Amino acid sequence: MEINKDLIAASSTPIVLAILSEEDSYGYAILQRVRELSGGRLEWTDGMLYPVLHRLGRLGHVEARWEVAESGRRRKYYRITPQGRAQLEEQRRQWQAVDATLRDIWLALSMSVPASHPASAAPLPQGA
Amino acid sequence: MPDPGHAALLEEQIDQWRSYLRRRQAVHSVDVAELEDHLREQVAVLVDAGLATDEAFLVAVKRMGDLDALSREFALEHSDRLWKQLVVVAPDSEEPRARARTDAFVAFCLAVAAAVVIKVPALFGIQMDQDAGFYARNLSLFVLPLLTGYFVWKRRLDTTTLRWLALAFVAAGVFANVYPFAPGGSTEVLTALHLPIVLWVVVGIAYAGGRWSQVAGRMDFIRFSGELLIYYVLIALGGAVLTGFMAMIFQAIGTDIEPFFESWLLPCGAVGAVVVASWLVEAKQSVIENMAPVLTRLFTPLFAAVLVTFLGTMLWTGHGVDIEREVLIAFDLLLVIVLGLLLYSVSARNPLSPPGAFDVLQVVLVVSALLADAVALWAIAARITEFGFTPNRVAALGENAILLINLAWSAVLYIRFLRGPGSFADLERWQTDYVPVYALWAAIVVIVFPPVFAYI
Repeated sequence: MEINKDLIAASSTPIVLAILSEEDSYGYAILQRVRELSGGRLEWTDGMLYPVLHRLGRLGHVEARWEVAESGRRRKYYRITPQGRAQLEEQRRQWQAVDATLRDIWLALSMSVPASHPASAAPLPQGA
Repeated sequence: MPDPGHAALLEEQIDQWRSYLRRRQAVHSVDVAELEDHLREQVAVLVDAGLATDEAFLVAVKRMGDLDALSREFALEHSDRLWKQLVVVAPDSEEPRARARTDAFVAFCLAVAAAVVIKVPALFGIQMDQDAGFYARNLSLFVLPLLTGYFVWKRRLDTTTLRWLALAFVAAGVFANVYPFAPGGSTEVLTALHLPIVLWVVVGIAYAGGRWSQVAGRMDFIRFSGELLIYYVLIALGGAVLTGFMAMIFQAIGTDIEPFFESWLLPCGAVGAVVVASWLVEAKQSVIENMAPVLTRLFTPLFAAVLVTFLGTMLWTGHGVDIEREVLIAFDLLLVIVLGLLLYSVSARNPLSPPGAFDVLQVVLVVSALLADAVALWAIAARITEFGFTPNRVAALGENAILLINLAWSAVLYIRFLRGPGSFADLERWQTDYVPVYALWAAIVVIVFPPVFAYI
């Protein structure tokens, strides 16, 4: 399933903030987590995550630090800030409002035209 | 990891990818490092899943996304990066940063030294207002040896070159001061004007640091000179604003800063700024767009239009050139400007690109300048005997001849290039080979003219 670019862009902030609120992480791992959570339905172009992270950093929602990973490479880790948590909470309210509205509309529509919901797509194989 | 051959190939591929990404202005090297870490992890995961290294690399690069789109995203997020900042100190690694700091320190010390040196003669009772001739003749000797010293230090020149450079400055000092010039005479003014030209080439030899014999080395020095001029003018404008402001606020409290300005701020600032501007050009040569070629692009069409209109008007009205005292100087300056326009468009042009509309414009400019100058020379030649040979006139005529020869042969080379058989490198070579000629003529004016014209 192809998801509209604007939707991907709009949802990237809450998704990244939510993943970082679980634990500090770095680019590749964040993308893995997105794939895992979305079951492969959200296809992000890998590189595009980084401008998003940098924007969140500029806004003060996350902070970055360099660490040496077990592979010996230097790796940039991101951590959510208190301000980022507040932002996440705010986003959550907004998305829930959108979600609730849409849910009501889908419900009203499905009363007239019964349709089958794609309950949960089988998760696509990771990594390959 | 698979066998070492594959690993080496992977490193090579990643190197290529990295250098490709580094060329993007909006993506800084710290971001490249972050993306590279991502790429490597992705490759490792894919290899673990059973892909060959090169396949894994291709998939990982594909997933990273189109680099143009990616750098566009970076540019949106970091739009400030598209404006080059005054980053004199490289942010990335420790070693260049330390070197840049030493550079700045040495340049600053030399600028202070120049400011001190210009005040030293005053200790021996040679005052600026009374001995203007001494300062005019020696002005370049106060600052250019220090600037040369900066490049000697920076390029780590060997002692043989160093000895020749020192010899040149000592000789310049001797010729500027041993002749019994008539106060305020023409030969003294000519020395004051021509000595800096000779010494500037000496600076150039230090700047090129052993590459003076190569076309590229001399061309770099030409580029450096143009940028330095622009930086110097900008610094001078800033200095003028500063002093204007100073004068205003100190006047408000009843203090007149004019004596301080005339005997300290102006001379010390003017010589110090030469060193500071040189250091800035060096430090920032790759950081900002070079301005001289940009100005050249703007003004070449305008000057060409003016000259063509001038020739057209002259033909239309049938009015010859009025021979006034200053006309030769005016046409010399015209040739200097045209040469400058030619030089800086040559310096910024890719020698391999094919001829274009701008090249035709350049030829129009040079040819029309040559025609205008020929008309003026013709008018002067007809009446030269009645004017007599004063030092000023001989110097101006000599300069005119030198510039005329340069531009005429440049026009020939340029037309040859436009018509096919010649290459642009010929023109570049001709221009850079010609640089010593200016210095030679200036040296003749400084050394031979005063005795020949009896120091008038």
